[in-house]
Amino acid sequence: MNARQRQHLRAGLGFLAPQILGFLAFTIFPVILSVGLAFTNCDLRLHNMFKDASLQFVGWENFTRLFTHPDFWRFFGNTLFLMLGLPFAIAGSLGAALLLSGRTRGLAVYRTMFYLPHFTASVAIFLLWKKLFNPYGGPINQFLAALGFQPPEWLNDYYWAKPALMIMAFWTAVGSNNMLLYLAGLAQVPAELYEVADMDGASRWQKFWHVTWPQLAPVTFYIVIISVSGGFLGGFEMARTMTAGGPAGATTTLSYFLYAEGFDTGRLGYASAVAWVIFTLAFVMTLLNWKFGTRYVND
Amino acid sequence: MSTTSRRIGKHLLLAALSVTMALPFVWMVLTSLKPLAEVASPSWLPSRLQWSNYADVFRLVPFARFYWNSLLIAGWVTFLQVFTSALAAYSFSRLRWPGRDKVFLLYLGTTMIPALVLIIPNYQIMIRLGLVDSYLGLVLPSAFTAVGTFLLRQYMLTIPTSVDEAAEMDGASKWQIFWEIILPLSRSGLVTLAILVFMANYHSFFWPLILLKSVDKYTLPIGLLYFDSTRGQSTHLLMAAATMSVAPLILLFVLLQKQIVQGIRLHHPRG
Repeated sequence: MNARQRQHLRAGLGFLAPQILGFLAFTIFPVILSVGLAFTNCDLRLHNMFKDASLQFVGWENFTRLFTHPDFWRFFGNTLFLMLGLPFAIAGSLGAALLLSGRTRGLAVYRTMFYLPHFTASVAIFLLWKKLFNPYGGPINQFLAALGFQPPEWLNDYYWAKPALMIMAFWTAVGSNNMLLYLAGLAQVPAELYEVADMDGASRWQKFWHVTWPQLAPVTFYIVIISVSGGFLGGFEMARTMTAGGPAGATTTLSYFLYAEGFDTGRLGYASAVAWVIFTLAFVMTLLNWKFGTRYVND
Repeated sequence: MSTTSRRIGKHLLLAALSVTMALPFVWMVLTSLKPLAEVASPSWLPSRLQWSNYADVFRLVPFARFYWNSLLIAGWVTFLQVFTSALAAYSFSRLRWPGRDKVFLLYLGTTMIPALVLIIPNYQIMIRLGLVDSYLGLVLPSAFTAVGTFLLRQYMLTIPTSVDEAAEMDGASKWQIFWEIILPLSRSGLVTLAILVFMANYHSFFWPLILLKSVDKYTLPIGLLYFDSTRGQSTHLLMAAATMSVAPLILLFVLLQKQIVQGIRLHHPRG
């Protein structure tokens, strides 16, 4: 390396330094620490300001205990169950995008209305839905009762709690970023393809099935990957604000399990093992994306 | 069917769907104005508008404080992220140094690390640093990420390199080129990133939930949860608090819709 190159390197790293140093301290170092913790008996009840028992290396014990624990598999099942709503949500996003694409006047207002649930989805909205699902005087059950149904107790019911969360998730997901991605995808479908289809006398349905759907395939693939990966990581906020993971663990997902183990009981080592299981699941989705997704190259 | 009637039909359908999507918000606002006794009544409309519910929220919990804390925390994270990302993006897009693109790819690869994995070790770090229950502890772990650098690099790559070369010939230093030329030219990218980061941190929940202990440091999401656990039976007040925490978001979205939508597309380049 000559003097000029060294000078360039110094300038390059100098501009990088503020971010990289913070990144090393609060991302890379924690990742390494987390791997380490997953193999220890670290527990806030043993290691705290009053009591400083020595940290013990326990090998794979956290993982073996996790995989042999029936609750883990039940919570994994809950996580997968909640993901059953994804196909409906994605189809809904596509439907919304199809309705909202094009240059018709006034579509922007509808787009905003569809997007707001996703944009605002947070603790306030989850607490709102807890009230909407309230079996005693909540508007959803008042409506169902008025129609003559015998409505379920939703979040209080072991079997209905998950469907309730899925209904809410659908509401936030239809107009979400997925809809925006589909809208961007639709804008890129070449108009000639539709012209050719028109000349062949294709029906609207045929045009959708033979032109739009295949053209959108890369977008759909990307949305599925992101959604599934988000599904593995998700469920914590809803469970924490609406159900505390209940009733009887019915809405405990892997991420809520991590929280409960780490911060309710304080078993940080065990919870770190849970974190790495979740990471592995999400990472598999990233690998699938790298392998099969159309890569975006910008320069 | 003629195109006009088809268009009208489409508008009717969209209007009906939009109203359905908005119903939860409508119920939230109407309930926030009801007296407690009417909360469970089948009529959505309050018999009279009880505006005092909003004042009651401020009386029962330090709600203004929650607002301010959210603004402060999200504001600091946004400032740090945008500034350090701009510096890093400048280095990755416009400075030529050996190994640059390899380092960038490696750095980009780290975006797949989910925040969930970092929470437990970062909590340990905060205990060691004595930053549990502090603003600094809330800000630091969210302030330095690769995503912003990636987004701004995309922006800076669209600025022609002749701009830098001309400035260099005039004897400008790298810092001057960054500060006086590249940064102003990337303004819309900076604004977009700032909005995305601010929104994400306004919503931030898991990290403040475990880090914060004292009520006067609560951000809005944690404050709302606290309100729910202490006064959750007062549905009308809870809905007033919820309305007040959602309202700024709706306002922000209506005002900055264009930048937000553009930012989301840059964030998911595959679309």
